[in-house]
Amino acid sequence: MSASIHDTARAGHGGGEDHAHHPSGIMRWVMTTNHKDIGTMYLCFSFAMFLVGGLMAFIIRTELFQPGLQFVAPDFFNQMTTLHGLIMVFGAIMPAFVGFANWQIPMMIGAPDMAFPRMNNWSFWLLPPAALLLVISLFVPGGGPAAGWTMYVPLATQMGPGMDFSIFAVHILGMSSIMGSINIITTILNLRAPGMTMMKLPMFCWTWLITAYLLLAVMPVLAGAVTMILTDRHFGTSFFNAAGGGDPVLYQHIFWFFGHPEVYIIAIPAFGVISQVIPAFSRKPLFGYTAMVYATASIAILSFIVWAHHMYTAGMPVTGQVYFMYATMLIAVPTGVKVFNWVATMWKGSLTFETPMLFAVGFLFMFTMGGFSGLVLSMAAVDVQVHDTYYVVAHFHYVMVAGALFSAFAGVYFWLPKWTGRMYDETLGKWHFWLSMVFFNMTFFVQHFLGLAGMPRRVPDYALQFADFNMISSIGSMGFGVSQVLLPYIVYKAVRHGAKAPQRPWDGADTLEWTHLPAPAPYHSFETPPVVK
Amino acid sequence: MTRSQPWYFLPGPAPWPVIGSTALFLMAGGAAMWFNGVSSGPWTVLAGVLIMVYMMVRWFGQVIDESEGGLYSRRVDLSFRWGMSWFIFSEVMFFAAFFGALFYARVLAVPDLGDLEQKLLWPDFSASWPTAGPIAADPFTPMAAWGIPALNTLLLLSSGVTLTIAHWGLLQDRRGALNLWLLLTILLGATFLGFQMYEYGHAYSELNLKLSSGIYGSTFFMLTGFHGFHVTVGCIMLTTIWIRCLSGHFKPDHHFAFEGVAWYWHFVDVVWLLLFIFVYWI
Repeated sequence: MSASIHDTARAGHGGGEDHAHHPSGIMRWVMTTNHKDIGTMYLCFSFAMFLVGGLMAFIIRTELFQPGLQFVAPDFFNQMTTLHGLIMVFGAIMPAFVGFANWQIPMMIGAPDMAFPRMNNWSFWLLPPAALLLVISLFVPGGGPAAGWTMYVPLATQMGPGMDFSIFAVHILGMSSIMGSINIITTILNLRAPGMTMMKLPMFCWTWLITAYLLLAVMPVLAGAVTMILTDRHFGTSFFNAAGGGDPVLYQHIFWFFGHPEVYIIAIPAFGVISQVIPAFSRKPLFGYTAMVYATASIAILSFIVWAHHMYTAGMPVTGQVYFMYATMLIAVPTGVKVFNWVATMWKGSLTFETPMLFAVGFLFMFTMGGFSGLVLSMAAVDVQVHDTYYVVAHFHYVMVAGALFSAFAGVYFWLPKWTGRMYDETLGKWHFWLSMVFFNMTFFVQHFLGLAGMPRRVPDYALQFADFNMISSIGSMGFGVSQVLLPYIVYKAVRHGAKAPQRPWDGADTLEWTHLPAPAPYHSFETPPVVK
Repeated sequence: MTRSQPWYFLPGPAPWPVIGSTALFLMAGGAAMWFNGVSSGPWTVLAGVLIMVYMMVRWFGQVIDESEGGLYSRRVDLSFRWGMSWFIFSEVMFFAAFFGALFYARVLAVPDLGDLEQKLLWPDFSASWPTAGPIAADPFTPMAAWGIPALNTLLLLSSGVTLTIAHWGLLQDRRGALNLWLLLTILLGATFLGFQMYEYGHAYSELNLKLSSGIYGSTFFMLTGFHGFHVTVGCIMLTTIWIRCLSGHFKPDHHFAFEGVAWYWHFVDVVWLLLFIFVYWI
């Protein structure tokens, strides 16, 4: 062991002769301490989870294709909505952006790797056991968790053993996030190349720095919340039990103190990717960089003081409602700063619309839509009408899918040439975008109408008047799901048969990985830090 | 502005993380089985714990070897400082969740249960703290602040002082003082834990105060229990660096492991002060 430590230490010294020194086969991936290997694993794991969560969405939408109970029992339907949410949030979207962080942050700041490479490996390898626990929960007596991804009590305290497996899965996912965040913060604060001042950081690194702080602040709170559920379930505590002096609403407060920042944990790295892609294809620097940094930080700070807007119908004094309403609306200001700055970046730019840019512009439109429906929901008086209806479902899918997921797609197409050294098929990429865009809107736009008309979420059956829109939505979701098969094919085709990518395929891309590193990026990059002017 | 050194130690491939993940999987799955009455549950947890202990001994052992082998530059040291600080911050937030539950119960939930609307449901319930709730099974006596808890406060505060004296010893290269005061710190921590265990026994056998004693029992035992767990971890960490001190590890200008443990110990100390004030005293 000590010999291998010495070898790598020397390799780290900038020897260069020992470039891709690692075990081969599966052990390369199990034991790796390389940020690029770990980033790749994160992205592949995320896509696998995206397919698993997508399968659950498929079951949900198949059942909802027509009124009446066709395919699944109501309890299993609830397990599907719950696990779809948990898997998509914790298994698909969050790991996808951690994957980007792993690949990009060291290359963008001129660091040799992440600050704690072994802990980085652990952050990733905690995810498969957690996912396994979630899947196991489906096969224990009583089935998987069926309390919704929010795991509200008293549902969560009454459910079978599946809930315990989910609780422990959440604990492990939280550990993974905390270690990942510590790694990202330390890397950005401590491993920047000489001359890379904080206000020269690429926007993607800024967004991840801020996101990592959010994760550090709220993941332990979630761990506390689910621990209280666990002890209420098995050890006779009364945190959420009124008979013992507790309060079920307390769970909602603790959960949403985590849950609202969690929304920005997903959205802010997405902003970061978009902030790299739009300038690259506008051939202009990002408009209002400083304002973007402060706007992102403001969004993050505000996210801590708005949580109860998820709980307007749980019973709250009017003054409380008014406070949370105005605080929530305040978030629209820094978010508006960001959206206008992206648009201003494009203003008078020499624009081209390759696939990453298409996804970024799609993001811009759709995320803004999701933001607007969020504003509608922030009004307590309106929210009381549409709380827990499909309007909410439509809102957060605009933010999560057309927001975060589209931005992840933009990032994959944007950086694929740097990662693999190959260009993807532009025509197929454009097909991927347009199919996703059309089917996404077909699926979720109509859900606004369903919600406004009063269709509640998390129900396997519904009244007849909702039939048409549900059928449209179900057809759209099938189309969206099938379109996603294009992505692995496009990546496979690029790696196998793609044209060789130049070092800098996008004219306007000017961060270090484009200006200093060849394509594909070498296994160890920036062993000697570049000097940034 | 930071200035990067050309050299940053990058460890080679390591088996420890995936071994740790296996351990956690066994611990989590085993605990879920245990709590639901599956007889193999406790054994699965035990297997996980043993693997976890093995992993930690080996992983930390490797880190100690690397550190003593001079592989850690100033910049690596700084990384550890950032890492430990933000880890402690995440621990603060974990305790914040439970303190939040305590404050919410005392300020909002319990008074609400005693208001006019609830009078129809529970006419005899008076909403005063401490309480086991409107349907309390057994009456209990709350834990008094000025007996053992006050003594424990004194013990932990003193242990912070002795640890600082040990640190001075290290900084001035007086190894004898370092070893002695560090040992004293560990003994103070262990005494604290002993008192805490005695207090729990006292609560269960004489005060009828249990984990199931409504919201008071829940917040009391969960907050002090998690704190006690952290003191235990802190004692193990202190013992580790004590053994390292005895083996001649650490130099006056290179001893982050010592400082990291000291930070952690002071954090545990501060949490106790908050516990003493809000759980025991007022």
